[in-house]
Amino acid sequence: MASENPDREHAVAFTLNGEAVRARVPARMHLGDLLRGTFGLTGVHLGCEHGVCGACTILVDGRAVRACLMLGVQADGAVIETVEGLTESGLIRDLQDAFHARNALQCGYCTPGMLVTAAELLADEAAASSREEIRAAISGNYCRCTGYHAIVDAIATTAEARRDARREAVE
Amino acid sequence: MKAPDFAYARPASLDAALALLAEHGEEAAPLAGGQSLVTALNMRLAAPRLLVDLNAIPGLAGVSEEGSIVRIGAMTRHRDVGTAAIVRERLPLFAAALPHIAHPAIRNRGTIGGSVALADPATEWPACCLAAGATIVVLGREGERRIAAGDFFLGLYATALRPGEIVTAIEVPVPGQDAVWGFDELARRHGDYALVGLAATGRRAGGGLADLRLAFFGVADRPVLARDAAAAVEAGDIAGAQAALAGELDPPDDPATRAATRLHLARVLLGRVAGRLRGDTVTEGGRNGV
Repeated sequence: MASENPDREHAVAFTLNGEAVRARVPARMHLGDLLRGTFGLTGVHLGCEHGVCGACTILVDGRAVRACLMLGVQADGAVIETVEGLTESGLIRDLQDAFHARNALQCGYCTPGMLVTAAELLADEAAASSREEIRAAISGNYCRCTGYHAIVDAIATTAEARRDARREAVE
Repeated sequence: MKAPDFAYARPASLDAALALLAEHGEEAAPLAGGQSLVTALNMRLAAPRLLVDLNAIPGLAGVSEEGSIVRIGAMTRHRDVGTAAIVRERLPLFAAALPHIAHPAIRNRGTIGGSVALADPATEWPACCLAAGATIVVLGREGERRIAAGDFFLGLYATALRPGEIVTAIEVPVPGQDAVWGFDELARRHGDYALVGLAATGRRAGGGLADLRLAFFGVADRPVLARDAAAAVEAGDIAGAQAALAGELDPPDDPATRAATRLHLARVLLGRVAGRLRGDTVTEGGRNGV
């Protein structure tokens, strides 16, 4: 467990993509480097490393968070999911299919962050998802290829399909 | 870039955190949500020798209503401030400010106490605190102090916090039945720092407005109350209020946005917000109310 006493390195234990993991982490290492370097989860893309681009977005305790703006030692006790875990669980299969169908990626660098950000938005069934609201939700994720329209299309398509599926389930 | 070398501690109590901050003095920095501090570390704009993480201390997060005030714990995340039922019902100004604060992933992690303690002059919470007449509750080894928002923000990243003290809560008076409020800001892109922002509170009196507080941000080294402009709006003179801003705001001049542009935009915002406070359906004074 991360210590109450000052140290340059700490032992951490947390849940990563459904598995209990442990590591020793230098205090200065941000969570993005821990996930990539120690755990090989290179779907956590590092763009700017100062919170602007959104490529490193992951879920921490179910909420979208910048992996570059949390320290690795702060993972201690948390439940963390990366795009790899969301992919394996099948939770965002429909979203990924929609990205594919709508050509919502070209170079793919921003895609993991876009998917995780959209996953959080779509997980909130109460959240409305007009194109304007989707644009606001992904405003912290930069894409330099697509011009965003195709990404908004893919998220809107998925939101609509999930809404229809919920309606059918109720009926 | 990568952060410089530092030590880290995650104390489990306020006493332990304050002891570490006292022991290590200027070499230590408290870590709240980290959405500005970790950025500064990664860019090597800050180089503390020790980070004292406040995230494991119980009781510092959450919103509660206590008599005539709403108390917001310092470690309450931006998102949890703006979406709390008590805030939406009692402090609609704070709920309205939330969507303007950065982006969802930042709002999920950043805290109101961290934002207030950092005192970035272009951010939303300090101006909301000033407009709402909030009290900043701070704690050090010498004990607790309660500081009015108007006395707390002293300049660019400068506050009334003494070395070794941390912010523990924000206390906001619950507005009365006849209260009015307004919030708006202009940014180049959604979620960017404000070019100009305005948080306003007041109350309806007779057919007009009274006790109006106009807290502008992004236009000086700290959030600023535009008192002459507020008096003019109360008197029903919006054009006069807009003219008064020239003497009350000191906008920064940078290559992307000239000071004169920010002053113009502050007048635009005032026109919009004042019109809404008065319940106008038509904006006065020509395009954008200027």
